[in-house]
Amino acid sequence: MSVNNTRPITPELVAEHGLNEEEYDRIVELTEREPTFTELGIWSAMWNEHCSYKSSKKWLKTLPTEGPQVVYGPGENAGVVDIGDGDVVVFKMESHNHPSYIEPYQGAATGVGGILRDVFTMGARPIAAMNALRFGEPDHPKTKHLVSGVVSGVGGYGNSFGVPTVGGEVNFHPRYNGNILVNAFAAGLAKADSIYISKAEGVGLPVVYLGAKTGRDGVGGATMASAEFDDSIEDKRPTVQVGDPFTEKCLLEACLELMATGAVIAIQDMGAAGLTCSAVEMGARGDLGVRLNLDDVPVREENMTAYEMMLSESQERMLMVLRPEKEAEAKAIFVKWNLDFAIVGETTDDLRFSIHHQGEEVANLPIKELGDEAPEYDRPWVEPGTHSPQEPHVFAPPDDYSAALLHLIGSPDLCSRRWVWEQYDTLIQGNTLQLPGGDAGVVRVEGHETKALAFSSDVTPRYVEADAYEGGKQAVAECYRNLVATGAKPLASTDNLNFGNPEKPEIMGTFVAAIRGIGEACLALDMPIVSGNVSLYNETNGEAILPTPTIGGVGLIDDWNAMARIGSADAGDVLFLVGTEGTHLSQSIYQREILGEETGPAPEVDLQMERARGEFVLAAIRSGYASACHDISDGGIAVALAEMCMASSEGAVCELAITYPHAALFGEDQARYIVAVDDEWANMFAANSEGSGVSFERIGTVGGDKLVINDLVDISVEELKTAYESWFPNFMGQQQFSEAAE
Amino acid sequence: MKATVVQFPGCNRDRDMIAAIAKIGGTAPQLAWHTDTELPDSDLIVLPGGFSHGDYLRAGAIAARAPVMDAVRAAADKGVRVLGVCNGFQMLTEAGLLPGSLMRNAGLTFVCKEVMLEAVNTDNMFTERYGKGEIIRCPVAHHDGNYFADEKTLKQVEGNGQVAFRYANGTNPNGSLNDIAGVFNAYGNVLGMMPHPENLIEPAHGGADGRRLFESVLGVLQRDAA
Repeated sequence: MSVNNTRPITPELVAEHGLNEEEYDRIVELTEREPTFTELGIWSAMWNEHCSYKSSKKWLKTLPTEGPQVVYGPGENAGVVDIGDGDVVVFKMESHNHPSYIEPYQGAATGVGGILRDVFTMGARPIAAMNALRFGEPDHPKTKHLVSGVVSGVGGYGNSFGVPTVGGEVNFHPRYNGNILVNAFAAGLAKADSIYISKAEGVGLPVVYLGAKTGRDGVGGATMASAEFDDSIEDKRPTVQVGDPFTEKCLLEACLELMATGAVIAIQDMGAAGLTCSAVEMGARGDLGVRLNLDDVPVREENMTAYEMMLSESQERMLMVLRPEKEAEAKAIFVKWNLDFAIVGETTDDLRFSIHHQGEEVANLPIKELGDEAPEYDRPWVEPGTHSPQEPHVFAPPDDYSAALLHLIGSPDLCSRRWVWEQYDTLIQGNTLQLPGGDAGVVRVEGHETKALAFSSDVTPRYVEADAYEGGKQAVAECYRNLVATGAKPLASTDNLNFGNPEKPEIMGTFVAAIRGIGEACLALDMPIVSGNVSLYNETNGEAILPTPTIGGVGLIDDWNAMARIGSADAGDVLFLVGTEGTHLSQSIYQREILGEETGPAPEVDLQMERARGEFVLAAIRSGYASACHDISDGGIAVALAEMCMASSEGAVCELAITYPHAALFGEDQARYIVAVDDEWANMFAANSEGSGVSFERIGTVGGDKLVINDLVDISVEELKTAYESWFPNFMGQQQFSEAAE
Repeated sequence: MKATVVQFPGCNRDRDMIAAIAKIGGTAPQLAWHTDTELPDSDLIVLPGGFSHGDYLRAGAIAARAPVMDAVRAAADKGVRVLGVCNGFQMLTEAGLLPGSLMRNAGLTFVCKEVMLEAVNTDNMFTERYGKGEIIRCPVAHHDGNYFADEKTLKQVEGNGQVAFRYANGTNPNGSLNDIAGVFNAYGNVLGMMPHPENLIEPAHGGADGRRLFESVLGVLQRDAA
C-alpha cells in the first residue's frame, strides 16, 4: 500500500493535535506505520475528548439507561422514548460552550443547529427546544456582549428553522467569567416504526453526501473543544462554524421526504469532525469499510486539502447510505430543495477507511479501531470533601422580610427571563401549551386529542460545587419536580455534563460523584438517561467553571385539559405546601444574595420522599383538583409563592408554621411543592395527603392584590412584578422602542 | 370554497396556517410551490409566515420575485382574496401588492409575544366578524415588522380605510408607524398583517380571537359558493 506522506510528523505536530505520546504510539501501532498528515488529523478527530469520551466513558457506563419506555438509549444521535399510540419522542442535549465564548452568535446558533440535526437525522420532526445558558457575573466586562450574542444566536437559528423554544435556564456566576456554557436541547416527534440510525448495512452501496457545501470553517473544532482556554483564545475564532438555518430547514424537509421514500439505509449528520466522524460511525457500527473519493465532495472553497475536507465542521451536512434503486427519486428531492446530493463513496467489506483525493489514496486506516479502540482512561480522582451542616440560627435574619423578598426576585438569578425568551419564537407550530416562565414548557402532541409533552432543564451548580453527589441527585430531582408540577409523568432524561479539566483529580472526583448522584436519582425516579454529552476542559487560565451537569427531562401528560400551570390559581383557592417547613439555608440564594456568602453543604435529596410526594402531586393534578402547582426551589417558599402570585396576577394570604422565620421563608429544602386547590376540594386534598402519608400543610388562600406571609411579608403583586421584570431589561440597557421612536 | 397556501423554501408557519384553515374551514387547503407558474383555481390565496430564503436579502424580497408571484398578482388583479401573514405580508409589500414596507423592529431584536389589536376597518370580507374598534388579542413573532410608508402613501392608506389592524393599548412591539399592524390594498381583497391569527384559534392556544378572521374569509367564501 502506498500512502504518501506530504508533511513530516513531528512530536510538535502530534501535540498540536491534542494527542499525547502514548496515544501516538498506539496510533502508529494500529496504522501499522507512521500515519500521514491527513491520517493524523483523522485519528485526532476520533480520539479527542469530545468525540471519544475517553475520560468519561468508564463512568457514563454506570448510568441507568434502560426501561420499558426506552427504544434507543445513548449511542445514537439522540435518545428515543415511547409515548404510546405508535409515537416516540426523540431528544438530546448538547453543549456548544467553547465556540459560544469565542463567537457568541455563531457559537450558540450552530449549537442549536447541531442538536436539531441530531434529532431529525433520526427521522423526527423537531417540536421543542430549550437552552441552558450560564454566564459570568453581570458586572464582568464581557458578560453583556455574551448574553446579547448568545440569545440572538439561539433565536436567530431556532426562529428561522421554526422550532418553538419552550424552556431553559439562564444563570450568572463569576466562575463562568472565562468560559460560558451553552447547552442546547431539542426534541422531536416520530413514528416508532420509522426511526433511522447510523448503522450501515450492505456492501458496495453508495455513500451519499447531502446538504450544504464543505468549506474550511470549523477545521479542528472538536480538538479545540477538548482543550483548556488561555489568553490566545481570540486566535481560535476561525475554528468556529457559521450557521445557516435556512439550509437546515430545507435539509429537514428534504430528509423527511427522503425517508418517506424508503431510500435511506443509514444516515448520520456531520457534527463534530464532520465527514470523518460520520463516515467512521456508519461503517464501524455496521462492520463495514468505507471508501470516499473527496473529488466528489461538494466544496465552496478552492484548493481544499484532504486534511481540511476530512476535518471541516461546515454545518448543515449529512451522510447517508442509499438504496441504489432509489437514487433518481432521492436526488430529485434534493434538487427540489436546492441542496447538494453527491455520491462520494461506497461501503466495502474490508473494514478499512480509505480516502482518495486527486488520484491518490491519502488515508487508509482500520475503521473499527478508529471508532472503538479510542483510549479509555481511568483518570485519578479524589473523593470531594464535605461540609458540616449549619443550623438556621447561624445565619443572620434580614432586617425586613418584604425587602429581602423583593431583592431576591429582582436578583440576576431569580428575576424574570422574559427579556430572553421573548426573543425566541415560543409559539410556532401552534402546539405550545405552556411558555417559558413556568415549571416546564409544554407542547401538545400533534395528531392526538389530549396528549402533551413537558420539557425541563435543570441543575443547581452551586449545590454540585458544595456536594457533587447531592448536587447530581438534586439536578435530576428538580427536573422531575418541574415536570410533575405540570401534571406530566417523567419519562426519561438527557444529561449534558459540563466540567473542568479531568486531568485534575479534584475535578475528576467531582465528576465521578456527580454521576453517582445522577445515576441514583435517575434510577429512583425512573428517568433513565437516553442521550447526552460531556464537555470537559471548561477552564480558562486554570480556573474551572462550577461543575454543571445539566439534566434535560421529558414527561408525558395524558390529558392536557387537566394540566396544572404556575399561574392558574383562582381567587378563593386554598394553598397547600406539600412537604415540610424550610430549614436549609446553606448554599441558598438567600445566603448568597442577602448575606453575600456561599458556604456549607448542599440540601440533601431524599429520593424516596421525592418520589412519594411527586406521585401524590401528579395524582392530584391528573384527577383535576389541583388548579395550580409550582415546585419550591431557589429562594424557598417565599419566592415560590411570589412567582405564583405574579403569574396569576392574584395575591395570597398565608400563615406558615414557623420555627426560624428566615429558614421557613427562604430555606431550599428539597421535594416540596405548592399546590392550589379549589376550596370545594380542599378537605379531600388534605385527606388524601394524610392517606398517602405525604407531609402537607394548609398555608393560605389565594386572593387580593398582595402577598402576605404571617406578619413578615406584605407586598403588592404589582410591586413584586416591577422588581421581577426590571432587572434583565435594565441590565441589558434595553431601549424602549417607543421612546426611541418618538 | 378553495383556499391555496403557497409554500416557499424557508417558510415555517405554513403548517400552522394549513392547520388553521383545515380546522376552521373544514377542508385542508390546496398547496402551491414557489416555482409554480400557475395556481389551482382558488377563492383565497395565503402566503404564510416564516423565513423564506432565510430572509437573507430583505425579508420577503427573494420570495416576492419567485415565479409563483406572477400568478398571485394575476389572481389578486382578478379580485381573488390574498392573505399574507408575517413573512407573507413582507412578500406582498416587496411585490408591490400592498403599500409601505416592513423594516427591522425598532428594538432591533426578534420579538415573540402577545399584543392587542384594534380592528380598524371591519367593512371587509377579512374582518367583518370583528366589531369596529374591537380590541382583540393576537401573538406576534418577527424580526422585521416595523411598518413604514412615506407621507403620501401613509395618507392614502389612512384616508382610504386601508388600515385593517392597529396595535392597541400601547402594545406596538416594533415601532410601526401609526401603530399599523395590518393593511389592505386599495380594493380590499389583499390583506397583509404581521400578527399571527393562526396561532390563536382554539382553547389550546389560550384563546380564539384569531379565529374570526378565518371564519370571516372562509365563511364568506362558503356563502359565495352556495
